[in-house]
Amino acid sequence: MTATMTKTPPPAAPKAPGGKRRLTLPMIMLIIAGALALVSVVRIITGQDQLTAEGQISAALGLAVPIGLAGLAGLWSERAGVVNIGLEGMMILGTFFGAWAGWQSSPWIGVLTGILGGMAGGLVHAFATVTFGVDHIVSGVAINILALGTTQYLAKLWFNSGEAAAKGGNPKQSPPVDSLPSITVPGLSDWLHDIEGHGWFFVSDIAGILGGLVTDLSVLTLLAAVLFVGSFFILWKTSFGLRLRSCGENPVAAESLGVNVYLYKYIAVIVSGGLAGLAGAFLAMVPTHIYLEGQTGGRGYIGLAAMIFGNWRVGGLATGAGLFGYSDALQLRNGGPTVHALLLLLVVLLAALGAWKLWKKAFVQGAIAVGVAALVLVWYVLTDEVPDEFVGSTPYVVTLLVLSLSAQRLRMPKADGMRYRKGQGK
Amino acid sequence: MKKIDKERVLLAIAAPLLAIAVSFLVTALVLLVTGKQPFDAFSIMFDYGFKSDSQVYILDKGTTYYIAGLAVAVGFRMNLFNIGVDGQYRMGAFFAAAVGGAVSLPNFLQIPLIIVVAMLVGGMWAGIAGLLKTKRGVSEVIATIMLNAIATNVIAYFLQPGRLGHLDKAQTQVSTTPLPSSGYLFNFDMGELNGEIYGFIVIAVLLGIAYWFVLGRTRFGFDLRAVGLSESAAEASGVSVKRMVLTSMLISGALAGLVGMPTLLNDAHKFGTEFPAGVGFVGISVALLGRNNPIGVALAALLWAFLERTSTQLDFEDFDKEIVGVMQGVIVLSVVIAYEVVRRYGLRRQQQKVGEELAAQAKNKQEVAA
Repeated sequence: MTATMTKTPPPAAPKAPGGKRRLTLPMIMLIIAGALALVSVVRIITGQDQLTAEGQISAALGLAVPIGLAGLAGLWSERAGVVNIGLEGMMILGTFFGAWAGWQSSPWIGVLTGILGGMAGGLVHAFATVTFGVDHIVSGVAINILALGTTQYLAKLWFNSGEAAAKGGNPKQSPPVDSLPSITVPGLSDWLHDIEGHGWFFVSDIAGILGGLVTDLSVLTLLAAVLFVGSFFILWKTSFGLRLRSCGENPVAAESLGVNVYLYKYIAVIVSGGLAGLAGAFLAMVPTHIYLEGQTGGRGYIGLAAMIFGNWRVGGLATGAGLFGYSDALQLRNGGPTVHALLLLLVVLLAALGAWKLWKKAFVQGAIAVGVAALVLVWYVLTDEVPDEFVGSTPYVVTLLVLSLSAQRLRMPKADGMRYRKGQGK
Repeated sequence: MKKIDKERVLLAIAAPLLAIAVSFLVTALVLLVTGKQPFDAFSIMFDYGFKSDSQVYILDKGTTYYIAGLAVAVGFRMNLFNIGVDGQYRMGAFFAAAVGGAVSLPNFLQIPLIIVVAMLVGGMWAGIAGLLKTKRGVSEVIATIMLNAIATNVIAYFLQPGRLGHLDKAQTQVSTTPLPSSGYLFNFDMGELNGEIYGFIVIAVLLGIAYWFVLGRTRFGFDLRAVGLSESAAEASGVSVKRMVLTSMLISGALAGLVGMPTLLNDAHKFGTEFPAGVGFVGISVALLGRNNPIGVALAALLWAFLERTSTQLDFEDFDKEIVGVMQGVIVLSVVIAYEVVRRYGLRRQQQKVGEELAAQAKNKQEVAA
């Protein structure tokens, strides 16, 4: 179950205190290649071509985008020092308002309205946490409750009468929205598909993965990619971003340097709401074309987990989102046998970890790792597939495992979640 | 001193009342904007809410919500966000129902057995989050959210015929094996038309008293609140913060395990797909509204049950019952803001008072000197 964590390399460069070396680009490439080779070996041994099939990767990407956008939303707000657990509620607002405007006009206006809906949620969160200094988690939980209640009420009012009802709306879902365009790179996609079909070691795996990335790509996915790069650039390469991050690290110092901390926090949380709204609009527009009650299904929380997993950095967050998307996709695409294959991968990794720990003379940890590896191997040998419910739990178990392994190496913004009042620096 | 205390009490009551007033106002606005008559809606709700069968329902539902509120409140008192009450409660109720259905003991053993299993399972499920926090530094917020989702899947796995599931006679519904009648807890019969009040309400009241006593009158409760107010100060005075985190997580989870008991022992007698979900989140709301105070939480739980009960009537009278969701959301949001406003106001008052007293003292001294 947990083997999916190696589908993608570990989060890039956790900067542990004490000046641990950073991963350089060649190192990262090597790790990725190594992981791929390992997956490829497992694929050939188990005969589970789904592991790197184009459809699997494509589905994973589609599922990773909303999680990634939610994580990015969390990143903006937490970098400015505001914990945003209201992401789930802001996503709900995005799905609802996106579909509401979308079915009446064009999907593009729907996307825009979804973003605005999320921003409204962000504004409320900023109002409560920044202006009134309410505990961030309390406010976020309240926003989740409020967003759910409001959308349920409005959905019954707006989707259950007149034209909307005639077009298939009911209290729990909206009428369908037109499709947004999607892109398949001509030629390249077919060619990659061919190579994948041969089942060659390593090459076919790469072809499958690349094929998944260039086939049937929604424009919103491209937009999300642009937003990821753009966010990295804005937050880490501009003075605006430096000031915003300074509010999350030490707002008093930022204030003493003349930064309007309240303003930056407001901007960050509203941008965060907008991104969460976009994540919601993506859910309503791309995979389903309708608003559906309960559609977000906790993805706001998973996005937050992806962000923590990514050590509050854009690259790590993208990796985390990819990981969750992949395990989510396994569940959708009859993942029982595929996850079963991944058990073998887990055995290899645990055995390697155990050997490394033993070599390092950490006998207890090493013994535990080897023991668990043996148990998983027994499980692998004795069964043919993993029950669906276990597959469904995979992303959550992976999150817990990854966090429990890496939480102590993570460094969150120093003043994240802290109350700050204007004038504390005087 | 007495006078300040009175003011404090007044301030403490002001916040929730303010929030409820604001939420009625906002709800009225929402209704007006969507073309409905707000006062009709409110009067329907009040009329219906004060009928005796409604009151029985409110007390029954309120019992469940109250325990959920207490479970969350234990964590809140030490700044620990147990968002996982929902998962802990479902796990506890499910396994308790499974064990209760599998054995048949005399009444005085059967019921305690079910309750103990529920508390143990709930506590263990919360304990995972507690261990992850104390041993590995994982935020309990994320950990409990993940555990909620895993709980859903664990229950879905076991709740199948051939595992712990049991098909009913019509072969349509899966649930755990129904409890033998020795697992039924007594009810207070309120007459043919009004229904029954769950006997578990007695235990809920006792839990409230125990909560007040343990947190307010024991060394453990003092330590717990000290950790909530300042971890470093508590650590400095010899409290092991990690141990407190783990202990209170276990207590919170054990309480969460009890949340399903009124439904299981007094009403459904089995755990099926229709077993209420999302009660843990109601617990968060009522704990916030009730300010983690045992009486406040009780009032909040009753208010929630009242809103839920009366909303059903709205549907018959050309209103939409979903408006109550808006109302509940606004109450929670405005109550947390109101508490903050009141807290700041109280602080300012206190500072002013101290300032005045110091000034008066200084003046007296001058006069004495002169």
